Amino acid sequence: MSKTRSSLGRTVAAHAVLGLYTVIALFPVFIVVINSFKSRKAIFGDPLAIPTPETFDLVGYTTVLAQGDFFLYFQNSLVVTVASLFFVLLFGAMAAFALSEYRFRGNTLMGLYLAIGIMIPIRLGTVAILDLMVASGLVNTLTALVLVYTAQGLPLAVFILSEFMRGISDDLKNAGRIDGLSEYRIFFTLVLPLVRPAMATVAVFSMIPIWNDLWFPLILAPSEATKTVTLGSQVFIGQFVTNWNAVLAALSLAILPVLVLYLIFSRQLIRGITAGAVK
Amino acid sequence: MTETALPGKKPFRWHIGVFLAPAVIIYSAIMILPLFATLNMALFNLTPEGVTTFVGLANFQTLFGDPRWADAFWNALANNTWFFLIHMLVQNPIGVLLAALLSSPKLRMAAFYRTAIFIPTILSFVIVGFVWKLILSPIWGIAPGLLDAVGLRWLYAPWLGQEASALTTLALVSVWQFVGIPMMLIYAALLTIPDEILEAAEMDGITGAKQFWKIKLPLILPSIGIISILTFVGNFNAFDLIYVSQGALAGPNFATDILGTFLYRTFFGFQLQLGDPHMGATIATAMFGIILVGVCIYLFTIQTRLRRYQF
Repeated sequence: MSKTRSSLGRTVAAHAVLGLYTVIALFPVFIVVINSFKSRKAIFGDPLAIPTPETFDLVGYTTVLAQGDFFLYFQNSLVVTVASLFFVLLFGAMAAFALSEYRFRGNTLMGLYLAIGIMIPIRLGTVAILDLMVASGLVNTLTALVLVYTAQGLPLAVFILSEFMRGISDDLKNAGRIDGLSEYRIFFTLVLPLVRPAMATVAVFSMIPIWNDLWFPLILAPSEATKTVTLGSQVFIGQFVTNWNAVLAALSLAILPVLVLYLIFSRQLIRGITAGAVK
Repeated sequence: MTETALPGKKPFRWHIGVFLAPAVIIYSAIMILPLFATLNMALFNLTPEGVTTFVGLANFQTLFGDPRWADAFWNALANNTWFFLIHMLVQNPIGVLLAALLSSPKLRMAAFYRTAIFIPTILSFVIVGFVWKLILSPIWGIAPGLLDAVGLRWLYAPWLGQEASALTTLALVSVWQFVGIPMMLIYAALLTIPDEILEAAEMDGITGAKQFWKIKLPLILPSIGIISILTFVGNFNAFDLIYVSQGALAGPNFATDILGTFLYRTFFGFQLQLGDPHMGATIATAMFGIILVGVCIYLFTIQTRLRRYQF
């Protein structure tokens, strides 16, 4: 009797703490989104109120969508993020497979070499990267960003995926070899589907810094045609610093796509975590 | 003779090279080589005539000894250390607490809480910096208004504008943003604890908070070690939040200047200050050294000791 009561109390306390923290986490986002739908007077008059029919106003959104190339920025960010993630996952998985599956001279050394990048930030090499991109004519192209983010994402991808691949049973792969599958077929048809949960984890943790990066777009691709959403919204804030409707609308629009991307991947992420637990 | 003549000798395994090549080539060309090129630049400087000459470690003498540079450097390093300590003392314990609560069995809405608490982490610094500036600013009045509502109006001060509190405020904003990462990693670690261990503990009457401290915490110590080193590297590489909320000058009066903003100003120049790639490279090298020392301490002391707890 007392045991069930104490466990009920614990559950209530857990919900209270988690609920409180959820409010803290979401409050700033909530404030921006509700105020982006309000008239200028209401933004200042009562910032905490939910928009009512009297205060509802879309002027911020119309300003942003009329003046800016927000759709182009979205498209650029999407292209860069998806392409970088594709290469990080494909090349990372290939290298992880080589490191975890085969014994060869220099295996450990190669693993260490690729792991250095987890700890050392790629930003410290920015000036030389800029020189490299200038020399190869890639400045102000999305290719430059894709290359940098692929290099940045690879170390963690190799590290996590090779840990996972070591856990795959050898019997399966050897059965494939006896059936005459080539090493490439074994990798693509047997191993890759099995590490899908780990791929989702890598995808989420690589995607966030790529989508949100300000530093490399600012330095490598600041032209109007190659701006990403992060850089674009930074510029918007500068331009419209007195136009609060436009600033709040721009911020709300910048939140939206990354939220959608995260929600798409997070279902996979949760599956990845639970799959790890069952194993 | 004997070895090569054996029929069982494996041929050269080309596929290993094929699997490794794309990753190794991109990683080396875009990351490792530029990193070394930058470190190399720290050993050179321009003469007054504009010729690049080898100066050895003279740039480092300037950085650590010349008052014009050293004051800014030590200030940035001290601020950065404080920034890191706040993350260790506030962010990681909160992350562990949230993960422990989330992982309690049969908790409803766990997926909702997890997603909601992780959302700040996926927002860009541009949004985070601007939103908190708005909330904390005396002009818009959300923070003073909210404090007023609970009768704590006297607590309010323009925290971001005062030298004494600006850095701590920004560190707490950063904690708010990134608490989802330790939470997720610890949550995953807690899920991987085998049920048999927990059942055995329950048989012995170890439940609830006691179970967490005695059984779970020792088992997730390796994850806490990894989170600590990730926090260390992330913090000594931080730049964006300070840049978007306080500008490259890291105001007020450099009170929020950390190594990242110091590096940015030196590399690219700002306002009246001209960009100096060689001193910039020197600062980058110093940061490289700091991060490397931290990582080595972690690898050689903390991680080897934690190995014993793994199962």
